[in-house]
Amino acid sequence: MKPREFAAGSVLLLILLILLFAAPSFFSPANLLDLLLNSAPAMLVALGMTLVILAGHIDISVGSQFAIASVAAGLLAKSGLPMPLVGIAVLATGAMLGALNGLLVTGFRIPSIVVTLATMIALRDFLRWTTEGAWVQNLPPSFQWAGLGQPAGSALILAKTVFIVLLTAWALRNLSAGRQLFATGSNPAAAILAGIPTDRIVTAVFVLMGVLTAAAAMLNAIRFSDVPGNPGAGLEMKAIAAAVVGGASITGGRASVLGTVIGVLLLSVIGNALTYLGINPYWEKAVQGVILMAAAASEAAHAKSAEGAYAAR
Amino acid sequence: MSLLEAAGIYKSYAGVQALKNVRFSLAPSEVHALIGENGAGKSTLIKIITGAIQPDAGRLTIEGHTIDQPTPAGMKSRGVAAIYQQPSLFGHLTVAENIALALEPRTPFAKVNWSQRRTRATELLARVGASINPDQDAASLSMPQQQMVEIAKAIGCEAKIFVMDEPTASLSDKDVDNLFRVIGELRAKGAGIIYISHRLEELARISDRVSVLRDGELIATKQRNEVGREELVHLMVGRDVSAIFPKQRVSAGDTVVRLRAIKAQGIGPIDLDIRAGEIVGLAGLVGSGRTELANILFGLTPATSGAIEIRGKPIAIQSPQDAISAGIGYVPEDRRRHGLIQEMSVAENTTLAKLPPGFLNFAREESTAKEFAHRLGTKTPSVDTPAANLSGGNQQKVVLSRWLATKPSVLLLDEPTQGIDVGAKAEVHALISEMAREGLAILMISSELPEILGMSDRIAVMSEGKLAGILNRAEATQESILHLALPRKRGAA
Repeated sequence: MKPREFAAGSVLLLILLILLFAAPSFFSPANLLDLLLNSAPAMLVALGMTLVILAGHIDISVGSQFAIASVAAGLLAKSGLPMPLVGIAVLATGAMLGALNGLLVTGFRIPSIVVTLATMIALRDFLRWTTEGAWVQNLPPSFQWAGLGQPAGSALILAKTVFIVLLTAWALRNLSAGRQLFATGSNPAAAILAGIPTDRIVTAVFVLMGVLTAAAAMLNAIRFSDVPGNPGAGLEMKAIAAAVVGGASITGGRASVLGTVIGVLLLSVIGNALTYLGINPYWEKAVQGVILMAAAASEAAHAKSAEGAYAAR
Repeated sequence: MSLLEAAGIYKSYAGVQALKNVRFSLAPSEVHALIGENGAGKSTLIKIITGAIQPDAGRLTIEGHTIDQPTPAGMKSRGVAAIYQQPSLFGHLTVAENIALALEPRTPFAKVNWSQRRTRATELLARVGASINPDQDAASLSMPQQQMVEIAKAIGCEAKIFVMDEPTASLSDKDVDNLFRVIGELRAKGAGIIYISHRLEELARISDRVSVLRDGELIATKQRNEVGREELVHLMVGRDVSAIFPKQRVSAGDTVVRLRAIKAQGIGPIDLDIRAGEIVGLAGLVGSGRTELANILFGLTPATSGAIEIRGKPIAIQSPQDAISAGIGYVPEDRRRHGLIQEMSVAENTTLAKLPPGFLNFAREESTAKEFAHRLGTKTPSVDTPAANLSGGNQQKVVLSRWLATKPSVLLLDEPTQGIDVGAKAEVHALISEMAREGLAILMISSELPEILGMSDRIAVMSEGKLAGILNRAEATQESILHLALPRKRGAA
């Protein structure tokens, strides 16, 4: 376990320990299940964000992608398309949105924060304009089967999330493409000189980001009886914060799936814990902000000590 | 009294002596030329005179005043101004604003007098004979125009000592004439000019005295009319080739690389063959197009026209991937920034250019890394050590391992021993020689003439983007290389 994962994990354990004594009811199965189900979509988005950050980029359009994918899922399901086809179509939509970001970033050499700021606004307003904020209601029962409280449905959502997380962690470590992703993020110039197709890697990562965001939207939508007009606001910030808290370096080349998992759990637990501790939930964002600041400060300290070690040689 | 006097100047960087006991003086109304090979210490001396760096020892006086702690601001206030090859104007500010930045007192709330700014800029530009609109953005000016703005700025600061570092490197004949006219006027008004150039012909036109630096020492200071080009070249090189470069004789095999009429931005046309087992040294001054040629061969900046054949097969190299699959490896000049991924381990760096399709094979990765570490004698605690923790020589061995692991037929080496200590240098040379013996075709760029002479079977000399000539090992000397490398008369090259 790397130092930053350990630090974030320790903070998480500490909070759980406090809750164990101060608010044991936090550990009721119903609350824990609810907590995990609620954080599953954020987990998938943060996972994609980890890959994007690892490549040395950022994607702040994921909230808007999430909204498009959610509404698309609802509309397609309502149109009577069989569920497997709905899933495929939604994931394909995510892939296309991601590909758009990736191609703009690599094709025109526009910084990813600018590209995804543009797509964030454009996609969100496109949705507002087409749906006029209307909710997608009266979803067919087949759509909601997996969600709506059945234990089997909840288990399925969690199992899918865990599977995707484990698969990504494994791929990052064991595939040549994973190695090339680390190289691209660490030092793009050196990666190009080693013959790594960095543009293809970056585009692929944005596509994956879109697919994971679409998957998150699906897993979220099937739990409710209708899709709100404009879901997913602020999702990008949560995903970036989780990755950074888990040890991802915002300049690329360093990040871990385990760290991000801890980051998502930490940020999710805080909101829930405040309620159980009888603290006004308005403090949630403030506490999350403090944790993010602490992570950033330890990042700066890490960079400084690394620099020192480098100069000392 | 001298305008500027430097005596007993010493400076070393990380154990390398850049200047040793250098004495240099500049009289009023004098153009004093400073010449020397790449790395002779010219830039270091200039940086000391402009206050950019401080000497380890020595005395610097300006008009009799001893300067204790030279700083850029302090030297500027004493009347030192530097005009570099690449002008350093602020591109998004206008010409008048650029000039004002150098002249106006910098207090945060000083009110800007725009009309005075414009008048002053116009007046200064007129003094250097430049017709430039002061309201134009500096970025929209041509290189010579920017240079004139720099000189106008310096005149506005009432500079008495002008340091000009290769000011004519990117100028046309007409602009050079204009620059020399301005230099003549500055001299007539009593200013001193330190003039650095590789163009020996120019020195005859404008300089009064010439000083030659070599390996950090001031070899000679002569009146310009006392010395000819031959003697200057001899003074610039004048050292023996040491015997630490063990190139073994190999009978060269088939032609591996065949370049015909290769052209790209500012480069070519270039015709060059490299045969198996042969080391072709690529010599030339910094900026002569050596690295650019390597970049063309490796697909980083593809050739715009011409033909490349590798092992008799014509190929188009559009990307590094194309180059690698054609069997070309490239060891870049800046090892730390471009050669290695510092955070990655020795093993990860070794296999980076030849990752298996699909899944990584950790066992094979480790054995490959160990094999090459053993073969090349890389000193590392283990192959899992981050590359950043290795010394320069060992890092270079890791980069070489990476390319040898791709089983290449061509290796491009850009300054392969730069910044490597002497012992490791000989080891790297032995390795390069061994690779040639095993049948690789090697193109080695180097600014160190002894390295070029010791290692190369043939020496291709570049000058101003073109191949100035190819010398055989037997006929090549430092003088003959430098003669080809130094730019000829303008337009004749």
